[in-house]
Amino acid sequence: MRLEKRAQNSAIALALAPVGALAFTLLVSALLVLWAGAPVGQAYGLLLKGGFGSVFALSETLTRAIPLTLTGLAATVAFKARLFNIGAEGQLYVGALAAVAVGGLHGGSGLALPTPLLFVLMMTAAALAGALLLLGPALMKARLGVDEVVTTLLLNFIVLLFVSLMLDGPMKDPGAMGWPQSVALQDELTLSKLIAQTRVHTGLLWAWTLAVIVWALMRFSVQGFNIRALGANSRAAKFAGVPVTRTVVLVAMLSGALAGLAGAIEVAGRTGYLTLDMSPGYGYTGIVIAMLAVLHPLGVVFASVFVAGVLVGADSMSRAVGVPTYIADVIVAASLISVLVATSLTQYRIRWK
Amino acid sequence: MNADLFANEFFAILANPEFWVAVLRIATPLILGTLGVLLCERAGVLNLGIEGIMVAGAFTGWLAVHGGAPLWAGVLVAAVTGALLGLLHALLTVGLALSQHVSGLGITMLASALSYYGYRVSFPKVSTPPTITPFAEMDWLNVPILAQQSPLTLLALLLVPLIAYVLYRTPVGLALRMVGENPQAAEGQGVSVAALRSGAIVAGSALMGVAGSFLTLSAFNAFFFNMVNGRGWICIALVVFASWRPGKALAGALLFALFDALQLRLQQSGSAVLPYQLYLMLPYLLSIVALILVARQASYPQALMKPYRKGER
Amino acid sequence: MPAPVLKLSHITKRFGSLTANDDISLELYAGEVLALLGENGAGKSTLVSILFGHYTADAGHIEAFAKPLPAGDPKAALAAGIGMVHQHFTLADNLSVLDNVMMGSESLWQPFTRRGKARAKLLDVAKRFGLSVDANARVGTLSVGERQRVEILKALYRGARILILDEPTAVLTPQESEALFAVLSQMVAQGLSIIFISHKLGEVLRVSQRVAVLRAGELVAQARASETTQSQLAQWMVGRALNPAQRHPAQNVGEAVCVLDQVSTAPARERLNEASLTLHRGEIVAIAGVSGNGQGALAQLLCGTRPASAGTVTLMGRALPQKPAQLVALGVARIPEDRHEVGVIGDLPLWENAVAERLQSRTFSRFGWVRRRAAYAYAQRVIEAFDVRGAGADAPARSLSGGNMQKLILGRALVHPQRDATATPKLIVAHQPTWGLDIGAVDYVQRQLIAARDAGAAVLLISDDLDEVLTLGDRVAVIHDGQLTPARPALAWSREAIGLAMAGAGKAIGQAMAGAGAGIDENERASA
Repeated sequence: MRLEKRAQNSAIALALAPVGALAFTLLVSALLVLWAGAPVGQAYGLLLKGGFGSVFALSETLTRAIPLTLTGLAATVAFKARLFNIGAEGQLYVGALAAVAVGGLHGGSGLALPTPLLFVLMMTAAALAGALLLLGPALMKARLGVDEVVTTLLLNFIVLLFVSLMLDGPMKDPGAMGWPQSVALQDELTLSKLIAQTRVHTGLLWAWTLAVIVWALMRFSVQGFNIRALGANSRAAKFAGVPVTRTVVLVAMLSGALAGLAGAIEVAGRTGYLTLDMSPGYGYTGIVIAMLAVLHPLGVVFASVFVAGVLVGADSMSRAVGVPTYIADVIVAASLISVLVATSLTQYRIRWK
Repeated sequence: MNADLFANEFFAILANPEFWVAVLRIATPLILGTLGVLLCERAGVLNLGIEGIMVAGAFTGWLAVHGGAPLWAGVLVAAVTGALLGLLHALLTVGLALSQHVSGLGITMLASALSYYGYRVSFPKVSTPPTITPFAEMDWLNVPILAQQSPLTLLALLLVPLIAYVLYRTPVGLALRMVGENPQAAEGQGVSVAALRSGAIVAGSALMGVAGSFLTLSAFNAFFFNMVNGRGWICIALVVFASWRPGKALAGALLFALFDALQLRLQQSGSAVLPYQLYLMLPYLLSIVALILVARQASYPQALMKPYRKGER
Repeated sequence: MPAPVLKLSHITKRFGSLTANDDISLELYAGEVLALLGENGAGKSTLVSILFGHYTADAGHIEAFAKPLPAGDPKAALAAGIGMVHQHFTLADNLSVLDNVMMGSESLWQPFTRRGKARAKLLDVAKRFGLSVDANARVGTLSVGERQRVEILKALYRGARILILDEPTAVLTPQESEALFAVLSQMVAQGLSIIFISHKLGEVLRVSQRVAVLRAGELVAQARASETTQSQLAQWMVGRALNPAQRHPAQNVGEAVCVLDQVSTAPARERLNEASLTLHRGEIVAIAGVSGNGQGALAQLLCGTRPASAGTVTLMGRALPQKPAQLVALGVARIPEDRHEVGVIGDLPLWENAVAERLQSRTFSRFGWVRRRAAYAYAQRVIEAFDVRGAGADAPARSLSGGNMQKLILGRALVHPQRDATATPKLIVAHQPTWGLDIGAVDYVQRQLIAARDAGAAVLLISDDLDEVLTLGDRVAVIHDGQLTPARPALAWSREAIGLAMAGAGKAIGQAMAGAGAGIDENERASA
């Protein structure tokens, strides 16, 4: 078997790629649903209904899409510059921690500042925390050649332990009866609901606005050019005058900040306080979303809704027909792999020889 | 004095043979996993699938034994599971020349998700995890410390010289190293890069599967969620630390396990003054420090992470 | 006539719409050197890649020693006694010479390597053909010439009876080339057959018995070396009569533009070592040398991608700025060596590549945002002025042919960002500007450099091609191991003197010249 580069990207292949990827993913998942002894058609129907089938379902999906959009953007920005930031999970948690540290009720009362100022301070702290967490690995990569994949992955574990430490100590909610849970955010700082009686909050607008900003930055700004140039060909970028270290730092700050904001917005919009199970791997799922969106910031908006829908739908489907919720993770992972294969086949053809 | 007390305790720990038994036990999955990563990377392929492959190996090996298979059959099942996932990685990174980073992460996600799904399908309503009888200690072996280990530890230790021998003393080992250094040269000498790389990934992934099975068939007797807990990523760091050499990989894994066992003891000892999370952080911090220490002189296999497409220059 | 050892029949290979080899039939006989002559892109490399099994032909077949050769299988080619010495060596730097040579020669599943036996065989082969080498040395520590020897030994070790050498002299000094030719004649004398690929006419006639000429994928002529001439070969190769290269000497040399004084760069694989050089308005200073002797460091220094560690560099009387953007703003036009990997960013569109160097300037960005209209208009001007043919300003730069890519790079370096401004660059740094281009594009690039010089630019031309150096350069300096000889008028250099300087005898040129000339004469007599 060998690959031959297509002279032109085949239009048919390009159109068929997502369809084929989806079909393959559904096939794999169907087999798994059968294994669990549930009727496939009904399971898929329930999944669809649970994810997108009602206002409530849709609101849940959009709620779930908020942190995913942000971590997806974080991965997109970093991967565009070939900075493989796999640490969005950790950056999300430090962001949430910073948000609670600034905006939380410590000893019964929070910082005595005007609410708008405190809100800006809270978001800035979260963004900065995420950014600084990624800065280390990025600089180690730029200066010492240490692979950032491993360092960011390991930092996720360190951060989670650090958060656990904080939830046991200084940030512990005394009223939580031993449950590892942080103090709550001041009420004034929480994000308001977008639709009454649902959980969708204005964080969705934040996320979508940020997606447009990131898109515009990447496409129209000098820094955006620098980032794309660095990722496409670092030697040529350096020759053209792209300041390499500065751009790497910028990318790290931007990517880390987006992931940090994901944590803050999750706290401010949904939970109100920080727990150790706040994120079921949003940071990792963000990478899948970025790949599904072929690293396009606006594509991230749609990919995150799709993935969130699958996650939410799988939850409700599993309750109804007894298929483990992990089916959602399988679908997400399988769609990542099949999309990778499909896009590669639009650029190459296989010759069996 | 507090410091004296601490020092006394410290030496008491080191003097206790049980401590060294623990070191070797902790080191075992790391040795196996690191050797697996080493095989893949020597052939030029990064395998970030390791974390998920270890989960899958832990699960399938344990499931087979729980279903009545003998322990060694469980290990074999874990190896085959690893090999199959390795085959998928080979298909994606060698066959289709996709990004090794993303493919590996995809495999980690897929393998863990499948394992957790399979576990829940097989045991929908259990509150406490079902258990098996794990490997017994090797009482027949008349070597202190080693006699208190599982046979898988012995296997891991024996694999180190074996893999070193294969890499440095056999034609296939030379070809494997060449493929990781300069695939064009290997192809030009009539060696199939695709076949060798795929073979290395499959073999390395099988070792990762076995590394996972050690957790369920030897270290513990059940399958838990998150039981691999970053050990795979640590193996990736250890290989860099070991400059891609089997002997150094063993030394690195043992050193690492020494620190890990030490932090466990200190955490449990009476004079533990620090929160337990700080002790638990130590292994991950150490891995990062190790990477920084060797970063300057690390001599990566020249073709690592570079996809090779036949007939393309 | 004896039976051929190798017979290619009707080989055709297409890449998309391009026909790289069109119905080529060719024979090779025992004990001869067959030269395969052609321009870059004529199809030489494709043909030998098919022969060696790297590519599979779309049509045609090959016989080696009267047996059909399976297509697309390097292993079969090796087994049939065909060995290949690539232009870009296929050696693993981190492994020893012996490892590199013996890899793949034993059955993969044999339980142990027979190193002792392999070493003995290697030394035996090395002795037989006069190719001495240290079997234990790590390849990364060897010189280019030594690596080529290892590459040849690799083929001979595998029992090659037919040896294909792809542009083997491109990386050698004239003297090293002579040594290689001596080895080749020893091989031929022992009955081996050699296919010698080149685009250099003189060396083809010097080394081969027969010449086959490829042009645009077709085999256009075959001739005995003794019965043809350089101009005849050139005409076949290019498809028209070729005017002998003419010198266009500088008319108006002005004041110093750029001065290097005892400049060194930090130790690396390639470095400058106390190099001094002065470039004046209106002249071309050409640098000759074996590649890898500091040319890269020199070019990068003046392109702003490598700092000096000692010494001073001044540009128009002031210290040379460190950043590429500042250099470009001051009027330094930069043409890098590797146009695919350094010159352009292949995945980005032409228009972004056109303004890449000047994006920081106020013409093309305001408050951090790119002024797309201005950038696009500039790209269009570059494309028109330099006749960049491709799929337009929005197509990725990767889609351009080598010649058009070079025109884009040349264009963005020479076209001033403000419309109507005729300011020429103060300094042009051109590193291998014509490498790998077809003759038309070479001519175009060279004429642009001459025109820029006549308009007042100081031009630094760094090239591995001695002919180019001697035709274009007003003054010529030779670089060896990071050190530059004084730049002397091109006509004051003899080829022998340049060759010696390239080999590092720059300081003792005076005395050594006579002896070296005699040595080469002797070689010529010996092989004639």
